[in-house]
Amino acid sequence: MGLKRTPLYDEHKRLGAKLVEFGGWEMPVQYSSIIEEHKAVRENAGLFDVSHMGEILVEGKDALKFVDYIITNSASKLKNGQICYTPMCYKNGTIVDDLLAYRFSDVRILLVVNASNTEKDYKWINEQSKGFRVSVSNESSKYAQLALQGPKAEEILAKISGVNLSEIGFYYFTTGRINGIDCIVSRTGYTGEDGFELYFKSESAVVMWRRILDIGRSYDIKPCGLGARDTLRFEACYMLYGNDIDDTTTPLEAGLKWAVDFDKPDFNGKEVLVEQKEKGLKRRLRGLEISRGIARHGYKIFVGDNEVGYVTSGAKSPTTGRFLSLGYVNKEYSKRGTEVEIEIHGKRVPAKVVKTPFYRGSVKSGK
Amino acid sequence: MKKYTKTHEWVEVSGKNATVGISEHAQDELGDIVYVELPELGKEVKSGEVLCSVESVKSASDIYAPVSGKVVEVNKVLEDTPETINKSAESDGWIAKIEISDLKEVDKLLDKTAYNEFLKEEK
Repeated sequence: MGLKRTPLYDEHKRLGAKLVEFGGWEMPVQYSSIIEEHKAVRENAGLFDVSHMGEILVEGKDALKFVDYIITNSASKLKNGQICYTPMCYKNGTIVDDLLAYRFSDVRILLVVNASNTEKDYKWINEQSKGFRVSVSNESSKYAQLALQGPKAEEILAKISGVNLSEIGFYYFTTGRINGIDCIVSRTGYTGEDGFELYFKSESAVVMWRRILDIGRSYDIKPCGLGARDTLRFEACYMLYGNDIDDTTTPLEAGLKWAVDFDKPDFNGKEVLVEQKEKGLKRRLRGLEISRGIARHGYKIFVGDNEVGYVTSGAKSPTTGRFLSLGYVNKEYSKRGTEVEIEIHGKRVPAKVVKTPFYRGSVKSGK
Repeated sequence: MKKYTKTHEWVEVSGKNATVGISEHAQDELGDIVYVELPELGKEVKSGEVLCSVESVKSASDIYAPVSGKVVEVNKVLEDTPETINKSAESDGWIAKIEISDLKEVDKLLDKTAYNEFLKEEK
């Protein structure tokens, strides 16, 4: 099967991007250098094509009730125009995907899901919807999505925005025109910096992309690829599905308790999560700092002869210069300051449990 | 004269020592290099075996010994500034020096023209 392409594929080629396969899509991993793009977002602004993300619309009388049944966080507690980050769990408490739920009204909620999981999620959500008065539709191909991120994002976007961006709070959205194009605009992102995500019809993607880069030029904006997106989210300790969380881990183990609403009468995974909460967790996702070297996904963590966990993500943090990882560590070794070892290329390297997130940027809230 | 391998290392022989690094093409493919795990001094390697590894933002890549011999020097500069490889892969960004055990192995390596031909074919 051929790889899918976003409406901006030709733009990426034109800008000399290196293209890679990601979740069934042919996507730009970098334009100039991952580290330069990373810095642009931390210091100024970066523009990401994230049109590969999936959009699943839930509509109908039971929309709120249904969404609250499939996610762990609470859509009922949102105002119209508000967004929540949430895991979506299987009955056994492990994670189908993590997503953003945009509440338009109590009968219309848009779920923005990971590109590589869109088909799986759509199927799962459909199966779960039996008995609820809702219709579920996969709108993914209709939308282009751009993420404009960085401390200068608002100033840049304000120049072409028909909506008052300063009135959009963190994790809120509105609809209106940007560059004359109808958009959903939210103050959200995956970088740890302030910024916006825009959803609009695919046909307008090229015009919007070029215009933002054009206005952003005097602010030293850079087009950014998936490489920088990953290092930025890693420093902010945002979860990457398939790395840090998946269908073998639960939201509580991953430290996402803040996105689980135990007050809800029932939701997928509740029973298991309540039990985990009451009995205590066996392992926790933790930040790890290594003396030297890069510990990547799947590398094993040891204390003495005992294997006590595994690394889920790792990098040399471009902003701090530290060698850092995220990884699941057995409870008894998960306290900050605990010394462990990580096996890197057959050698044990000393590491210790450290505070997360690794870096706090200009984002308006910590979560 | 520089010689190359199909796994994108370069070698420059001076007397019985070979200076080894990765090719300009390889650094460009890897992107930003953030860590170099240098080989241990005195390590004995056979040609084609893993000499050490170079890590870019996205991945770890094994570097293979182009010739057999003993590691007699490593480029300590790369410990703190691994990006030297991005800036100067085929000069300042050298990785190690190997005392060659069999000079005949050098003849089997590709010269610049043959390597460039190989890169074209690989595409």
